[in-house]
Amino acid sequence: MSLFGELLESARNFIAQMGAVTLFFGRTLGQMPRALLRPGLIVEQVHNAGALSLVIIMTCGLFVGGVLGLTGYDLLLRFGSEDALGTAAALALIKQLGPVVTALLFAGRAGTALASEIGLMRATDQLTAMEMMAVDPIRRVVVPRFLGGLISLPLLTIIFIAIGIFGVQLVGVQQFGVDQASFWSQMRAAVEVSDVMEGVIKGTAFGFACSLIAVYEGYNAVPTAEGVGRATTRTVVISAVLVLIFNYMLTAVLL
Amino acid sequence: MRSNRAVEFSTGLFVLLGFAALFFLVTQITNRELSTNGGSYGVQAQFENIGTLKAGAAVSMAGVTIGRVESIRFDQTVYKAVVDMRINSSFDRIPTDSDASIMTAGLLGGQYVGITAGGAEEFLKEGSRIEFVQDALVLENLINQLAASFSGRSGESGKNEEAPKSEESK
Repeated sequence: MSLFGELLESARNFIAQMGAVTLFFGRTLGQMPRALLRPGLIVEQVHNAGALSLVIIMTCGLFVGGVLGLTGYDLLLRFGSEDALGTAAALALIKQLGPVVTALLFAGRAGTALASEIGLMRATDQLTAMEMMAVDPIRRVVVPRFLGGLISLPLLTIIFIAIGIFGVQLVGVQQFGVDQASFWSQMRAAVEVSDVMEGVIKGTAFGFACSLIAVYEGYNAVPTAEGVGRATTRTVVISAVLVLIFNYMLTAVLL
Repeated sequence: MRSNRAVEFSTGLFVLLGFAALFFLVTQITNRELSTNGGSYGVQAQFENIGTLKAGAAVSMAGVTIGRVESIRFDQTVYKAVVDMRINSSFDRIPTDSDASIMTAGLLGGQYVGITAGGAEEFLKEGSRIEFVQDALVLENLINQLAASFSGRSGESGKNEEAPKSEESK
C-alpha cells in the first residue's frame, strides 16, 4: 500500500472516530434527563473527579504561581517595572496557564481514572450485566461520570488560579520584596471580571472535552487488559492535544 | 451510609472551595469597587487627548489614590474627551483651580490622572469641573517636536535628519 493510501486510510479513520464520539455524545445527552433524577450518583462522581484531584491541583497551582513569580520578577526587573508582576502573572494565570494546566492535570488524574474504570467494567462484563438487568449503562455509568467531570473542572480551574496568585504573591512580595500595595492594586486595576469569566469558560470547555473523551474511550475499550491500558493512554493523549487546540481557538475567539 | 456521608461532605467542601475561590477572584483581583466606602463625589475634566487612559484608572494626588476614573466619552460639540471621575468623599478639600494631568505610571504601567492642588479658597464638589488640564504625552507628538527643534536649531536640516534615521533602521 502506498503512503498516500495509508494517509487516506488514517484520515478516514479520524473522521469516523469524530463521528463516533459525536454519536456517543448524542446518546449521553439523550440519557441526561433521566440520569439527573439520581443526583446522588453525580455527587459521587464530582467527589471522584473533583474533590480527590484537589490536592494535586492545589500543589501544582502553588508551584506554577511560584515559577511565574520567579521568572516574572526577573524579567520585569530589567524594565524596572517589577510592580507590574501582579498584573502580568494574574492575567497569565487566569487566561492561559490556569485553564490549560488544570485541564492537563485533570486528564492525567481524573480522565485516566474514568477511562480505566469504565474500561474495566467493560472487560469484566459489568456493562453487559447491567444491560441484562434492563439498566442502561450510559445512564447509570457514563452520564454521572461525564457530568461529574464537567462540573469539577471549572471549579478546579478557579481554585488553581486563586492558589497560583497566592504563589506569585508568596515569591514576589514575600521573597523579593515587591511592594504589596502596588502588587495588588495594579492587578486589581488591570484584571476585569470578564477575564475571570474567560477562565471559567475555558475550564468548562476543557471539562467537556476531557470528560467526554475519557468516558468514550473507556466505554469503547477493547475488553482485554491490553485494551483497557490502551484506552487509558489514548484518553490522556487525545485530551491533551484537544485541550491545547481548543485553547488556541478559544483564545482567538475571546481575545 | 457513613461513607456516603463522607463523600457528600467532601464534595460539598470542594464545591464551596471552588465558589470561594471564584468570589475571591471576582472581588479581590478585579476592579469592582469603584467608589470606596464612605461615599464619593463626581468631578469632570475635558482633555484634548487622553492617550490610553481607561475607565477604572486611578485618580491620584501627590501619588496617593483618591479616586477612580468613572467613564470617558467624546464630546462632539467641543471635540474633546470628557473624563468623569469619582473622588472619595474624605478628600473634600481640593481647590477648584487644581490642575489635572494625565500621567504614566512607570514604563509599562497604565495611565492615571494626577491632580495638583491649586490655591483657591473654594473646593471641588459634586458636579464641578476641573478647568486646568494637561493632556497625555503622545510619543509621536513628542518626537515631532523634538525633530522640529532639532532641525530648527541646526539650520541645515538635510544632514542632521539623515543621521538618526539610519541609526533607527539598524
